[in-house]
Amino acid sequence: MTSLDELFVKTRAENRAALIAYIPAGYPTHEGCKRVIETFAKSGVDAIEIGFPYSDPVMDGPTIQAAAEQSLAAGTGAREVFESLKHATELGIPSVVMTYWNPIEKYGVDRFAHDIAANGGSGVITPDLTIDEADRWIESTHSNDINSIFVIAPSTVGERLEKVTSHCSGFVYAASIMGVTGARGGLSTGASDLVARTRAVTPTPIAVGLGVSTREQAKEIAGFADGVIVGSAFINALRDAPDLETGLEHVAQLVKELALGVREGR
Amino acid sequence: MSRELSPGHFGEFGGRYVPEALVGALDELEAAHNAAQLDPVFQAELAHLHKTYTGRPSIITEVPRFAEHAGGARIILKREDLNHTGSHKINNVLGQALLTKRLGKKRVIAETGAGQHGVASATAAALMGLDCVVYMGEEDTRRQSLNVARMKLLGAEVVPVTTGSKTLKDAINEAMRDWVTNVETTNYLFGTVAGPHPFPTMVRDFQKIIGIEARSQVLELTGRLPDAVLACVGGGSNAIGIFHEFIPDADVRLIGLEAGGDGVDTPRHASSITGGSPGVLHGARSYLLQDENGQTIESHSISAGLDYPGVGPEHAYLHDLGRAEYRPITDAQAMHAFALLCKTEGIIPAIETAHALAGALQVGNELGPDAIILINLSGRGDKDVQTAAAYFGIEI
Ligand SMILES: Cc1ncc(COP(=O)(O)O)c(C=O)c1O
Repeated sequence: MTSLDELFVKTRAENRAALIAYIPAGYPTHEGCKRVIETFAKSGVDAIEIGFPYSDPVMDGPTIQAAAEQSLAAGTGAREVFESLKHATELGIPSVVMTYWNPIEKYGVDRFAHDIAANGGSGVITPDLTIDEADRWIESTHSNDINSIFVIAPSTVGERLEKVTSHCSGFVYAASIMGVTGARGGLSTGASDLVARTRAVTPTPIAVGLGVSTREQAKEIAGFADGVIVGSAFINALRDAPDLETGLEHVAQLVKELALGVREGR
Repeated sequence: MSRELSPGHFGEFGGRYVPEALVGALDELEAAHNAAQLDPVFQAELAHLHKTYTGRPSIITEVPRFAEHAGGARIILKREDLNHTGSHKINNVLGQALLTKRLGKKRVIAETGAGQHGVASATAAALMGLDCVVYMGEEDTRRQSLNVARMKLLGAEVVPVTTGSKTLKDAINEAMRDWVTNVETTNYLFGTVAGPHPFPTMVRDFQKIIGIEARSQVLELTGRLPDAVLACVGGGSNAIGIFHEFIPDADVRLIGLEAGGDGVDTPRHASSITGGSPGVLHGARSYLLQDENGQTIESHSISAGLDYPGVGPEHAYLHDLGRAEYRPITDAQAMHAFALLCKTEGIIPAIETAHALAGALQVGNELGPDAIILINLSGRGDKDVQTAAAYFGIEI
């Protein structure tokens, strides 16, 4: 059982959703990212996703694209990703890495899974690894006792939904919309339908991401899902602040509001 | 031999590495393509378009004055430059546009580097009454401004892409993001034999007509098969198109010419096979230019259509099998061959295609005067006049 598995046992007992926060490694800087992680931990985040910045992020909208570009330009690589992961887990927060597939393949599939575990990580989210190509990866996550978290979309139905979710552990990442990452105003009805359909085929916790940025949205999602994932909204807060300290204050404020949201939904 | 071992895989290459939201659309496209391949009505419709619109079959032309510079081998060009819109790209686009109609979708998107695939897509969209958006790297909109104007005249919207290297790779990223978001109404007309399954298979099926025609044309002209078949390789669609029919002919060498830029021993090239390594880019496993973290490295080539850090998975497979060979051609070698074909034969080739011509100058000298070399003349050079004029110091 990973610490992520334990988290959902706890939040289910507390009858609330978990708040899961995303930040790319090396953003806004390598040291700044550690400060963001500390701010997450202090302000009420339940789990952290460390993003592996990638040159061709087709699942990401402009906010995360620009953050990844900035981080890559400063030289972020696997070493910084694992350092950030370690920083988060040493603060006692269940944490995972979110990465496109090629950095894993280049690093070495087994070695990557091994180093996730070695740095206290609970697992990995792989947004462009389809279940059809995932055999080797699933084996590696099993032999290293970490969670494999795959993404499902509103278009995932029937046998495929069963197949993908049967290989998910930790949680199932439910993409709320057909689209890319980025803060959005409303919430589509697709998310609750998708979660309801997924509940019918798996007992694994389900977290909803893509486009979530406000307490209201968090509250709404907490009404039907086990976790609420927020990413771009934190990057926007950091990017738009005049300096890091102000940015961190804004991040802390946003976390506190979202943490209320995930407790209000039921 | 190049048949997929499991659907969508060429040995260890190919497959589908995409956001889950695209899997349904790729399945739908695969099913539509498989059905269309077996459907005589679809095949007749496409054949009719090729005969009355594309201008197929394209002719072959023997080029003896050019061949004098290639060790005296017989050199034969397959004239895809004479197709409507000026390159092989139309072969694929008409097929995919017909499939779009079968899927009941009204909007198409496309990526383009040199602009040839964008122009072909805009053309097919105009012909079939579809809305068309073309993503093009900002850098390429400058290098290929004539093609941007052509697309606009044809009624397409051209979106300059300003992220990353601002070239073809980033245009593909942006088109994929559009597709993920609008997949219910939109079909993605992919321009080459790369990308997630079914694109490498589907685009090859629409391009293999080049080799089918050329093989019988060369047999008729010379009484035998060529010793070598050459083509330039960007993503690899014109190369697979002419190679495919020759794959069972074990004595026919298949040679792909990659863009060597300043040289594969420099950081500035686009030779994914000769200068890259296996990995995943744009939805498929193949060879690509990447750093030690698996980040894609920006490619460089004087030719916008070859300026791509990846290559189609079937080429990766043919390379590893040893059935096809791949060589780099530098910018300078390509431009030398470009000028030579202009002056010896009165044909202005695309700069992409000039890489294949430069390859023929090498291979001809290696094989000697008894050899027959078939080259896919993938496109004409009208779009490259500005670049070539600047290169050769001709004032416009
Ligand atoms: C004339 C011509 N040849 C070749 C290419 C390269 O593409 P591919 O390798 O898919 O044939 C292009 C691409 O734009 C092109 O315009």
